[in-house]
Amino acid sequence: MTIQDIPTPRVGLDAPAAARSVGLSKIYGAGDTRVVALDAVDVAFPRGEFTAIMGPSGAGKSTLMHCMAGLDSVTSGQTYIGTTELSSLNDRQLTALRRDEIGFVFQAYNLLPTLTALENITLPMDIAGRRPDQEWLDRVIDTVGLRPRLAHRPSELSGGQQQRVACARALAGRPEIVFADEPTGNLDSRSSADILSFLQTSVRAMGQTIVMVTHDPVAAAYADRVLFLADGRIVDGMSAPNRERVLERMKAFDAALGA
Amino acid sequence: MWRATLRNLLAHKLRLALSGLAIVLGVAFVSGTMIFTDTLSKTFDDLFSSTASDVNVEAASAFDSGLEGSGAVSTVSADAVDEVLEVEGVAAAAGYVQAEGVYVLDRDGAVLDTGGAPGIGISWEPDRQLSSSTLVDGRAPEGPAQVALDVDSAEKAGYALGDSVPVLTTGPRVEAELVGVFTFGDTGGSAGASLAAFDTATAQELFGEPGRFDGISVLAADGVTDAQLRDRVAAALGDGYTVRTADEQAAALAGDFQEGLAFVEVFLLAFAGIALFVGTFIILNTFSMLVAQRTRELALLRALGAGRAQVTRSVLAEALVLGVVGSAVGLAGGFGVAAGLRGLFGSFGLTLDGGLVFALDTVVWAVAVGVLVTVTAAYLPARRAAKTPPVAAMRDDHVAVERSLFRRTVVGSVVAVAGGAALVAALVVDDGSTAASLVGLGALALLLGAIALSPVLARPFLRGIGAALPRLFGTAGRLARENAVRNPRRTAATASALMVGLALVSGFSIIGASTSASVDALVEESLGADYVVSTAVGAPFSAEIAEQIRGIDGVEAVTQQRFGQAAFDGAPTFISAIDADTLDSALVLDYVSGGTEGLRDGGLLVDEDTAASNGWSVGDSVPAVLANGRPLDLTLGGIYAANQAAGTVVVSLDAFTAAGGEPLDRFVYVDLAADADAGAVRSQLEGTLEPYPVVTLKDQAEFAAEQRGFVDQLLLIINALLALSVIIAVLGIVNTLALSVIERTREIGLLRAIGMDRRQLRSMVRLESVVISVYGAVMGLVLGTVLGLALVQALATAGISRPVVPAGRMLLFLAVGAVIGVLAAVWPARRAARLRVLDAVATA
Ligand SMILES: Nc1ncnc2c1ncn2[C@@H]1O[C@H](COP(=O)(O)OP(=O)(O)O)[C@@H](O)[C@H]1O
Ligand SMILES: [Mg+2]
Repeated sequence: MTIQDIPTPRVGLDAPAAARSVGLSKIYGAGDTRVVALDAVDVAFPRGEFTAIMGPSGAGKSTLMHCMAGLDSVTSGQTYIGTTELSSLNDRQLTALRRDEIGFVFQAYNLLPTLTALENITLPMDIAGRRPDQEWLDRVIDTVGLRPRLAHRPSELSGGQQQRVACARALAGRPEIVFADEPTGNLDSRSSADILSFLQTSVRAMGQTIVMVTHDPVAAAYADRVLFLADGRIVDGMSAPNRERVLERMKAFDAALGA
Repeated sequence: MWRATLRNLLAHKLRLALSGLAIVLGVAFVSGTMIFTDTLSKTFDDLFSSTASDVNVEAASAFDSGLEGSGAVSTVSADAVDEVLEVEGVAAAAGYVQAEGVYVLDRDGAVLDTGGAPGIGISWEPDRQLSSSTLVDGRAPEGPAQVALDVDSAEKAGYALGDSVPVLTTGPRVEAELVGVFTFGDTGGSAGASLAAFDTATAQELFGEPGRFDGISVLAADGVTDAQLRDRVAAALGDGYTVRTADEQAAALAGDFQEGLAFVEVFLLAFAGIALFVGTFIILNTFSMLVAQRTRELALLRALGAGRAQVTRSVLAEALVLGVVGSAVGLAGGFGVAAGLRGLFGSFGLTLDGGLVFALDTVVWAVAVGVLVTVTAAYLPARRAAKTPPVAAMRDDHVAVERSLFRRTVVGSVVAVAGGAALVAALVVDDGSTAASLVGLGALALLLGAIALSPVLARPFLRGIGAALPRLFGTAGRLARENAVRNPRRTAATASALMVGLALVSGFSIIGASTSASVDALVEESLGADYVVSTAVGAPFSAEIAEQIRGIDGVEAVTQQRFGQAAFDGAPTFISAIDADTLDSALVLDYVSGGTEGLRDGGLLVDEDTAASNGWSVGDSVPAVLANGRPLDLTLGGIYAANQAAGTVVVSLDAFTAAGGEPLDRFVYVDLAADADAGAVRSQLEGTLEPYPVVTLKDQAEFAAEQRGFVDQLLLIINALLALSVIIAVLGIVNTLALSVIERTREIGLLRAIGMDRRQLRSMVRLESVVISVYGAVMGLVLGTVLGLALVQALATAGISRPVVPAGRMLLFLAVGAVIGVLAAVWPARRAARLRVLDAVATA
């Protein structure tokens, strides 16, 4: 089986999407150094769903997230958060959109070292000059289990705790969608499990929409759906994934690439 | 390692430029000072060595006073010239006349602006061999209606040959036709002074005495050395004359100036030192930050097997390269600084002709200082870098363990307390010079103590004033405060540069304000007359003026005051001579014993200190010798409390005149009759003074203002120089902020990613800058106030009796501090706002 044999799925394009892209291409450089990071990607992330994005290194996973989240400009095509098309926004509007509609969890460096855990969590709202919804905030904090650590600074927290603070921050403002780029990439399996079940809970119990990039089949198994990316294209999708099936699919890719 | 060092230097051009800038500025100021003082020295050396004659003869002073502006009349007779001509080995000799107080007027009748340099009148020597001036256009002046001017003055006033030039002498004002222009000495420079030359007879008439000279120029015949000629001339003339060879003459003249020049040099070098001191902080700060940012890289080197010494060496090597390059660029900048200083001094009248002098010394010192300071400043961070554990390379966020501020607190407190103690001791000590050195040492210790303590004080201060920031500016305010507090050492070092600058500026402001207030008080308390007539610089003027004023209706009393020198027991001192009859209407003397009556008939009045130090009491007979050698037998008739206007010793005008004291007035005090129409009298007085543009009429308030003017002008120079250290401080803040922004790239990216807009980001950087600079300003103002008040107390004996803290100006400085913060942040803030979000987030 080769990659060409796998039909490109057009999943979720009809359901109401928290974010979607149409013909999204991203090309870096020109001439010899030209790299097509994303190649006419059509994708949609339905509301209330936990999507994992997998694929080999350099496949364009981070680029996809950055473009969808308005962190990077696109070469062609459109990206939408809800019904808002991003390329029509200026820097100011984009900034406001990121602040109000999008939550981020990066692999590392998620927190400001000068602020306490609580201050970090409420930072996007503070920046906007908005009071947080206290009830929701309490719920988020209790879900991540950070209550006893709220007054601590990041340097006084373990890596896992820091990532939990980052997740709480991403969710505290009830964004339309949360993007997480390898949020467990730096963590041991215990801490990873904590983070992943928290993300899962926030989707199942709180109706959050989450898109997560990961390398790890175990992590992907927490998602409702997995999309596979290779060479800037979505090459496959899988609903209700589990570790074994994901592993199997990845092996198939490796074989295909090796061929 | 060398390759790594060079690569690293080139890889961070921006950081390189920023840290290099501090060195460049420090070195520029040091070398600029040296270039300028060398130029200054050369100008004066040239001026004094430009006598053309081999031997010079002057009338000897009765005592070697070492005091300038003696005002004694001691001249050389025409007979003496004849005697010199008789001496064997004399090829030529001629008497010359030379006097200060001869001013060239411009077309509007105003004195040609020499900005404080003297206006000099000279006799034009027909024998060109004996003259040190060179005619460049026209011909020699002949007769009472012709004059020659130095090139600069003629040019400044816009006079061409054939124009009629008004010249003001201590006597009458004359109009003469400009027939020649000349240059003076080898370089043609006159250091700003204006020179007006008349033929010898006219010069004697206008500003000398007919038939008498101020000196004789002598030229040696072939085969006779200057020294031989000097000895022969001295032998022929006998006592009463000072005979010097050209070299001796130049040295003697230069000697008088040397002291003043040395003062200027020390003064300027002190500022250079301050600039460098401030610059050191910036270099230290920069290297600390650079090393901190490179922790991982250095740790990697360590992990790959580089030894500690190697890491230290690589950082030091970087500093060395930077120091050498920075010094070289700074040296070039020094030329600019020197040119600027020349302009500054020029605007105050000290015109320096000829090119800037660039001595080897300057190069050596500038490079030595620049390299040494840089390498020293880099040493501590380098050692710290070497201690970076190799594991830091592996860890993602190696947080440098914050070192305890305990040692700082102890050392800083001890030094500051010692400084404070020295200041207090200075107030108690009687001896003036001990007090002054105690104040100096105390000030330095206090400054160093404050610098050591500033990181300790930074946290509470920043938290304190920072408390308002989140309320006023929201999240940007809170983040700004946290960023400023984050590294108290860095914040303190950044603020220290501004602190030092503002401490000095505010300290001098206090001294200035106190001096001004003291002058006002002095004038009010000691001036009894309604008007004062004088020149702005206390130069002598014709006694004609006083005579004319006496004739004005409504004038009750006119009091002339003259200055001279007299030796008591061989110790020379300035004396002032005043009319005994009208003294009480002019000045208010506070007598301790005796009274104005005691001044009549060979009487003498002295102030308390003088009486005490000589052990005199009223009724004592006090013999004195005037500078012309004439004795004065005086009897002490009164002792008064210290009085600036009267001086320390007062003799009666009659006695002074009788003994041959200079017949020119320095101050004339005018008291109006009770029923006089003040307005009418004033306009008559002004009419009288019209032909004498340098002599002005002032009521009490105007007189006080004029006196204050000197203080203000001096302060202006000092502040202009200190402004440089403040500029360096500003660059230091820019430097720290820019490096902080680079250091916090990720954080800034994160902030942008989660929704902080550019405006908020800019205001965050700006607020941090303002907080830091306000901290520096507050520390500086507090320190400056303490130092200024201490100095004022120490100067109390010198007449600064009213300590004043100019609150308005202090607030202004604080505001300037805040503005500096805003300005310093402009570029770093823009840089931060421009950072691309992804660059920041994605740099792993
Ligand atoms: N700023 C950039 N400039 C040039 N090429 C880039 C840039 N960022 C990513 N790429 C390239 O785009 C492709 C996709 O990168 P990325 O999205 O980071 O992959 P992934 O996250 O799946 O590992 C890679 O080939 C990468 O080299
Ligand atoms: Mg990636």
